[in-house]
Amino acid sequence: MRKTQPLLHATLLVGIALSAFPLYWLFVVATRSNDVVGDWPPPLAPGPNLWDNVGRLFAAEDANFLLGMWNSLLTSAVVTVSVVFFSSLAGFAFAKLKFRGRNGLLLVILATMMIPVQMGIIPLYMIMVELGWQNRMEAIIVPALVSAFGVFLMRQYAEQAVPDELIEAARIDGCSTFRIFWSIVLPALRPGAAVLALTTFMGTWNEFLWPLAVLEADNPTVQFSLSQLSTTYYTDYTLMFTGALVATVPLLLVFLAFGRQIIGGIMEGAVKA
Amino acid sequence: MEADLRPRPVASTAAAGSTPPPRRPRSGWRDRISRVEVRWSPYLFIVPFFVIFAVFGLFPLVYTAYVSLHDWTITGAGEFVGLDNYVTLFGDPDFWNSVYNTLGMLVLATVPQLLMALVLASLLNQRLRGVTFLRMGVLLPIVTSVAAVGIVFSQVFDRDAGMVNGLLGLVNVDAVDWRADKWSSWSAIATMVNWRWTGYNALIYLAAMQAIPRDLYEAATVDGAGKVRQFWSITVPNIRPAIVFTVIMSTIAGMQLFTEPLIFGQGSFAISGGSLRQFQTVSMYMFEKAFRDFDYGYGSAVAWMIFLLITVLGVVNFLITRRSR
Repeated sequence: MRKTQPLLHATLLVGIALSAFPLYWLFVVATRSNDVVGDWPPPLAPGPNLWDNVGRLFAAEDANFLLGMWNSLLTSAVVTVSVVFFSSLAGFAFAKLKFRGRNGLLLVILATMMIPVQMGIIPLYMIMVELGWQNRMEAIIVPALVSAFGVFLMRQYAEQAVPDELIEAARIDGCSTFRIFWSIVLPALRPGAAVLALTTFMGTWNEFLWPLAVLEADNPTVQFSLSQLSTTYYTDYTLMFTGALVATVPLLLVFLAFGRQIIGGIMEGAVKA
Repeated sequence: MEADLRPRPVASTAAAGSTPPPRRPRSGWRDRISRVEVRWSPYLFIVPFFVIFAVFGLFPLVYTAYVSLHDWTITGAGEFVGLDNYVTLFGDPDFWNSVYNTLGMLVLATVPQLLMALVLASLLNQRLRGVTFLRMGVLLPIVTSVAAVGIVFSQVFDRDAGMVNGLLGLVNVDAVDWRADKWSSWSAIATMVNWRWTGYNALIYLAAMQAIPRDLYEAATVDGAGKVRQFWSITVPNIRPAIVFTVIMSTIAGMQLFTEPLIFGQGSFAISGGSLRQFQTVSMYMFEKAFRDFDYGYGSAVAWMIFLLITVLGVVNFLITRRSR
């Protein structure tokens, strides 16, 4: 068992190289100028043009890239905080509190968890028209403030992470339910909440179909900006690649900082595709 | 609505939280408040979720069915037309084409992805150095922003400047116009999906594999079973629930494929999936009908068909996995 297995390591390294290569290629092209993109063999080392390209990216009128980045950061941050808070609150209630209709309501959540978003997108759009929220960030943020999957996840987590005795003891001491939630449950839920936060952030950042339906090109999210780049400037590879790179940087930073938690979350089945 | 709800639990916190410990006898009204609080606060805790969920989640789902029974366009609700939209849909070659494309890409994306994930997971399940590094390495693709994946692979599969055609040229295969045909465009798009999700599924399998007792393998080794035999006779049957989970999740995701083919399309034919609709998925078709042609009634009928297809595939998955037990 102890002997080193060079073949195994080599195979794995090839696998990792394959999974990292497109990202590396993204970086290489983003640092190059357009005249080398079609070259064969392709350039494999970074060039000097990154800042030029970033400047061109921010100046590209049809893409509104900076605004797209800002909108996505804002949306992802607000949605993440909200989903984590309301999911913890409801998840705790479903896991640890007794009330009438609990099982029935939980069943509603379970049943709707797997239904694709596209299903309701047309009426959702009509609601936004009624509210006057077309082309506004409210349209992206408000429907995403809560998540059925999040409630389910936090319920599962609270079930095993919060001992009933602790809640009983706090009750006897005269704590209100919200106080119990805030001072006892929320700290205990922190690891689960971290995983939910990370995946919610990444999911919101990658949201595409709904922004494309309800927003216009002059007020986009970052994925919308990228699709604008790819339809308007599709011959300008370095510009598109620079956009794709800049749009990936926030996710990479999150991943570098919290990679272990994300891996732990996936392996516990807590991260939805 | 937050502003409306939050003060209440806080207020009750103040009331009950300030209840002194039992040394001083509780006055009756405080007791009553705390009983009311215990009884009703669970509802307060779930109300924010259910209000937003009902308005922006459940209601649209149900209302889609209502819209699909009407002649409904951007100018507003027209008359009730019964199942007319569905009848038209069943005779609509563009719709069936999009179903065909979606199923084709689903197979090309799911089968290799899960097989590669199985292999990758069993490699990662060996004693290795640098475990965290390796796991983060295989997860890199899912932290790449989704439209970025589309952009990179669109270039990699470009007819003139793409790397894949360059590599094919090395072995004297003619350049392929990847966007031009069904099979080629499906393969290119499926490659994006495979690349993005293999590592994620591998980690799910890895978690399941780590729960298999080691002595099963030791016993098999004693009995003379080789590594490959052990893999198929011990590993795979033991991680069956994880496999079923990933098959179902990939199927649901695959039926909703949208961003990758749309970005791959480029230019003005993006939403129709190429000039001949060679890679238009059902989601793209729904989007085209609802948000390009503004035919909400017809678009809603397409949405219901997507749901129906996912349900049917779910049942098929379930039956297959149950029979193979």
